[in-house]
Amino acid sequence: MTPADRFISIRNVSKSFGAFRAIDEISMDIRQGEFFSLLGASGCGKTTLLRMLAGFESPTTGEIFIDDQPMSDVPPHHRPVNMVFQSYAIFPHLNVRDNIAYGLRKQKLTPARRAEMVEDMLDLIKLPGYGNRKANELSGGQRQRIALARALILRPKVLLLDEPLGALDKQLREQMQLELRALQRQVGITFVFVTHDQEEALTLSDRIAVMSGGRVLQVDTPAALYEAPRTREVASFIGTMNFFRGIVRRNGSGMAAIEAEGLGTIPMPTARLTKPEGAPVQIGLRPEKFSLSPVRPDIGLAVEGRLRTAAYMGERSQYYLSLPGKAEPVAVSAPNTHRQRDAQDVPEGQVLWLSWAPEAIVILDTD
Amino acid sequence: MSSYINRPNRPLQLYAVLFLIVLYVPVLFIPLFSFNDSIYVRFPLQSFTVKWYGELWTREPVWNALWNSVKVGLVVSVISTVLGVMAARAITRTRMRGKGALVTFIMMPLVIPGIIFGVALLVLLSRMGVPLSLYTVGLGHLIICLPFAVATLLPRFEGFDPSIEEASADLGENGWWTFWRVTFPMVMPGIVASLLLTFTISFDEFIMAFFLTGTDPTLPMYIWGQLRFPKEFPSVLAMAALILFVSFALVFLAQWVGRKGLEDQA
Amino acid sequence: MAETSLPKRRTADGPPRASGSAFLRLLRRSESARAYLMMSPTLLIMTLGIVVPFGILLVISLWTRAGFGFDTTLTLANYARSWNEPIYGTLMLRSFWISGVATAVTVLLCYPMAYYVAFHVHRNKMMWIILMTLPFWTSYLLRVFAWKVILGYEGVINSGLMSAGLIEAPLSFLLYSPTAVIITLAHAWAAFAILPLYVSLEKIDRSLLEAATDLGDGPVARFFRVTLPLSMPGVIAASFLIFIPTTGDYITPALLGGPDGAMIGNLIQLQFGAVNNWPMGATLSIVLMLWIAALALVFLVVTRKVQERIT
Repeated sequence: MTPADRFISIRNVSKSFGAFRAIDEISMDIRQGEFFSLLGASGCGKTTLLRMLAGFESPTTGEIFIDDQPMSDVPPHHRPVNMVFQSYAIFPHLNVRDNIAYGLRKQKLTPARRAEMVEDMLDLIKLPGYGNRKANELSGGQRQRIALARALILRPKVLLLDEPLGALDKQLREQMQLELRALQRQVGITFVFVTHDQEEALTLSDRIAVMSGGRVLQVDTPAALYEAPRTREVASFIGTMNFFRGIVRRNGSGMAAIEAEGLGTIPMPTARLTKPEGAPVQIGLRPEKFSLSPVRPDIGLAVEGRLRTAAYMGERSQYYLSLPGKAEPVAVSAPNTHRQRDAQDVPEGQVLWLSWAPEAIVILDTD
Repeated sequence: MSSYINRPNRPLQLYAVLFLIVLYVPVLFIPLFSFNDSIYVRFPLQSFTVKWYGELWTREPVWNALWNSVKVGLVVSVISTVLGVMAARAITRTRMRGKGALVTFIMMPLVIPGIIFGVALLVLLSRMGVPLSLYTVGLGHLIICLPFAVATLLPRFEGFDPSIEEASADLGENGWWTFWRVTFPMVMPGIVASLLLTFTISFDEFIMAFFLTGTDPTLPMYIWGQLRFPKEFPSVLAMAALILFVSFALVFLAQWVGRKGLEDQA
Repeated sequence: MAETSLPKRRTADGPPRASGSAFLRLLRRSESARAYLMMSPTLLIMTLGIVVPFGILLVISLWTRAGFGFDTTLTLANYARSWNEPIYGTLMLRSFWISGVATAVTVLLCYPMAYYVAFHVHRNKMMWIILMTLPFWTSYLLRVFAWKVILGYEGVINSGLMSAGLIEAPLSFLLYSPTAVIITLAHAWAAFAILPLYVSLEKIDRSLLEAATDLGDGPVARFFRVTLPLSMPGVIAASFLIFIPTTGDYITPALLGGPDGAMIGNLIQLQFGAVNNWPMGATLSIVLMLWIAALALVFLVVTRKVQERIT
């Protein structure tokens, strides 16, 4: 592991508020220059972890290192990190220029140099000429950019972002996501980004830590998290996943097979299956990995299912089918590539064939 | 702006206007009679005069008492506001145990009869052998002004997002600089309001001063002394009119600045 | 992950920066400690000004007067006297009666005013609030004095009515009576009632009132079933804020009360002044506080019960 791989190193960190354990023994590393997201539902500890990086909370036990320096005795104002607050925390008594220049006081710059830096920042966040605006004359998107500029002007080693897009409406949020990603590439600073929005995390991040109950469930790239979640919890938090209980029927001499409820026997190479014959397993299959057809397809694995409900969702439709031997219906997502305005819906109760590729099966850790 | 619930209500409006009139008129008789050329405070009014004011001007004890009150008021207002800022900040910005109980404790002087405070302090000071003076009056005033200072400043601190101070720390400023560059400018209206209010309270306070004053009287004590002599009535009226005018102006200013600031912040 | 790949770890026995004493470390680590340090001057003064004097007051109340000094043997004699001699009980009762009436009158008169500003004033609300509370901040002594000017034997009302020819001789019940004290107290403490009433009314969610109307309540039913119960905290706060300080008042009764309007505050003041019996004064102060606490408790319980009934 190179030093750049553990640019931020979180070692056995726990944080308790009274009897409540907000962070429970977290250890992980964040690489230099990456866009790293902490993803989880509210109350999972992601904001607490971010605030510990910033220095506003101190770990009850454990240690955080940034660029090899232990941080526990470094107060927030001496840390090489800056933060974009959820509420943006724009100083209401200062104008835009003074907000952006706020952190430059100790750098003993000439007024001209300082003004130049502020102008550069205003250009960077695409708000040139806004220097004299008062804080209360700004829109949500503008405040967010100024909070970014105010932090970036100090060239921090790490930029912390606490759900900075949460307060914006959907369109502006999507636009800001693109800009934020481009900005991070441009400045090359390590970003640690807190969000509860899985789509946002997938779009923006190089790597994501999925958090729940004060623990980190999995740290991986967006694609790995989606295609190969390790546990049921991660799988259900990111996207939709159909779960099936199964039993290992055969495992040896290069070939293995799982018998899963509703799906029948699924063959696969032994390399994918660590469990011995007879062991229970949990497998997952994403809705879009199924194909639907009125007749049995020639290739792949297939079972018959009966359509329970269908929901038209624009670019795709979601179907729920019941399979023999499985209590909960299975979700199937199909693109509406060829659908036209007056297309007939498939009637409920219709029998359809579901097919899938064995590689699409995700084998989950059973707890 | 008015919906079904708050549609205009004429009788209530009339009541409100009457209420304000009744609230103010009694006090207005003081300036009215202070310009009346008679030592009797009664109708019909005699001719207009400013001689009672002129007489005040030349009275040595009035000036002494005024100066005493101003001294006590200034010291008390500054100390109680500084302490109020510290307390309000501690209350709003930190997780601390027993916060609720502490706030109740600080606010207690608001709901204890002043006379009990007065005699309790008097007993304490005399047991400790501390002679009564303007300092003891100041101590008494400090105790009744502190709750007002805290109550005036608390909403200011509650009203602004704590992450604004965190942002300052995050951008590299330590506690003192954060206070000067962020906290202080933001709570400034509250500080001004607290200074003006506590000064006025101390300046007008009588109940505690009655028990704690030594040989140097404050202005209200001096007035109390003069009330025994009917012939001093007109000059007391003139003095009272002046005090009322200054108090009104100061408090109006304090309230205006304080509330204005709160509204801007919202 | 191997332990060797970790960054160099600092352990507890080798603190990274030996900055300052254990005290400073505590301050940096513990928010509570920082908060208490910041509040310590205030708390010190309040302790010095409340707890200590009250302790001493309690001790002295157990002493007795002996000539110009004190007999420091602890005894409940003063308390027995305050219970047995009718003058103390009478004045105590009269104080509570006068304060109680003044409190009720003030709250009743101020409620519509607070209601008006909370619900019917839309512009310049701040101006109204300032106007309503402004007189409160001016000298209490002078406001009482103003009423003396008005209610006096030859005061504004009497001389006004006489010069208008409406009455022959001055009305004597105006000055030096419990009525005069009640009028003055109600007027003087109006602002103390208005603020809590206004705050509790302003806080009421307007959609609750719309919901009550929508569910069939007329204005009167709506007021008694929704507005009043929800503003009860304000009514309770206002009642406490007026009743408690006024029971101990002595300026108003001294200037306007006359012999029939004297209150317990006057008696306490006398003990520390002309009568010079400090232990008795201390006893009366403590008895007064105990009574206030007891009455406040009863009041609180009763209003809770009533509130449960209404809602």
